Amino acid sequence: MALDKNSNAFTFGFALVMVVVVGAVLSSLAMGLKPLQLKNQADKKRIDILTAIDVDANRTNAAELFDKYVVERVVIDYDGNIISSNTGEVDALDDKDAFNINIRAEYRDRSIKPEERNYPFYKCDKDGKTLYVIPMIGNGLWGAIWGFVALEDDFNMVYGASFDHATETPGLGAEISLPMFQDPFKGKQILDDQGNYKSIEVKKGGAEAGNPHQVDGITGGTITSDGVTEMLQRTLKVYHRFFNKNNA
Amino acid sequence: MSTETTAPEVKEEKRPSEPLFSKKNKKLITDPLDDDNPITVQVLGICSALAITVQVEQAVVMSLSVVFVMMMGNLIISLLRNSIPSRIRIIVQLVVVASLVIVVSETLQAFLPDVAARLSVFVGLIITNCIIMGRFEAFAMGNKPFPSVLDGFGNALGYAWILVAVAVVRELFGSGKLYGFEVIPAAFYDMGYMNNNMMILPPMALVTVGVIIWIQRARNTKLIEEN
Repeated sequence: MALDKNSNAFTFGFALVMVVVVGAVLSSLAMGLKPLQLKNQADKKRIDILTAIDVDANRTNAAELFDKYVVERVVIDYDGNIISSNTGEVDALDDKDAFNINIRAEYRDRSIKPEERNYPFYKCDKDGKTLYVIPMIGNGLWGAIWGFVALEDDFNMVYGASFDHATETPGLGAEISLPMFQDPFKGKQILDDQGNYKSIEVKKGGAEAGNPHQVDGITGGTITSDGVTEMLQRTLKVYHRFFNKNNA
Repeated sequence: MSTETTAPEVKEEKRPSEPLFSKKNKKLITDPLDDDNPITVQVLGICSALAITVQVEQAVVMSLSVVFVMMMGNLIISLLRNSIPSRIRIIVQLVVVASLVIVVSETLQAFLPDVAARLSVFVGLIITNCIIMGRFEAFAMGNKPFPSVLDGFGNALGYAWILVAVAVVRELFGSGKLYGFEVIPAAFYDMGYMNNNMMILPPMALVTVGVIIWIQRARNTKLIEEN
């Protein structure tokens, strides 16, 4: 019996076989490549954290350098209480480990209030100096922006910062991922003279000379710059509470 | 998405003795480079030509991805051409493009994560690249596998060289770099030369494509419409 290629049965059969075959091929490919992709994401995170403490890492030595410099991974809550603390190698399955906390997912999930989010940070030891690397997430002009700010052990002086973005305009907002934008953060302070929380502002039109709470904004990238300001202001405040509790 | 094309209708050959790279087959590759260029003549695939031509590297990776998707897609569609039910053929074509794009995207994320991060959504947008569906519908549905692969390769190259040409202009004048390397000497900047931030924005890609079309038509009089 010859197949009638225009019959409904053939059309349905063709569609069915196609869906099953394509589904099987794509899902096995995705499963096969998943471990590599997860490793890439984790390495990128390690590189970003290391950049904040001024350690140059690449994909091959990221894990090794991370284990060398990061001594403790801590998660705190909104009020500044410690939820968990891990040392040693990262266990990819331990979802309480600061390294595995996905602050981006928590930030984007509107059902999770800021008070309910987890706030991870990384305690690093570099040349005998204790540094605290704080991850943060916010919104730029087109999409997410994120960064890591390293504070010195007085929880005031900024040791270094790294920022990155998903889809900011190349040449404008996207410049937040360049050293030109990030380097001026070094030596800035998040507390005023009285020790009150002040954060750091990315100032449109350029920072006032000598002002420890401002850095230069990006010309043509005002909304991205404001996004960075908002992100710093909102995130560092939580960690400031933690520091106050533990040093009062 | 438009699937209107001015496809060269190649009749299926019965003679098995045709050489692999016959004159006709060569034309399949060379035509889309100039006379029948998908971007400048057929004006397809403009969306990605605007979006990812800020840097040469992105344009190159995007082009390679499109070459892969287009050759594989044309091959698969051509092999299936006699069994695809005509009522759902567009859906079948879409499924083929979409699956190939997912393959490219997943592979890039696994092996070239930094490039994948920079291309972000644009790899996914290959699905909506009208050139690909256009070639499936206009060529692969009616031709043998080998000419279809050549046609896919030719059209992808025609797309690629425009993309890279636009990216060279935009990266050079927009950020003073080529493929990420600084090429404009610092002395120029000291003398007051400035990068043109406008080149980075999408409208200038359209202008650049327009200039390329202008040059092409001035040189190739076949393309000028008779009025």
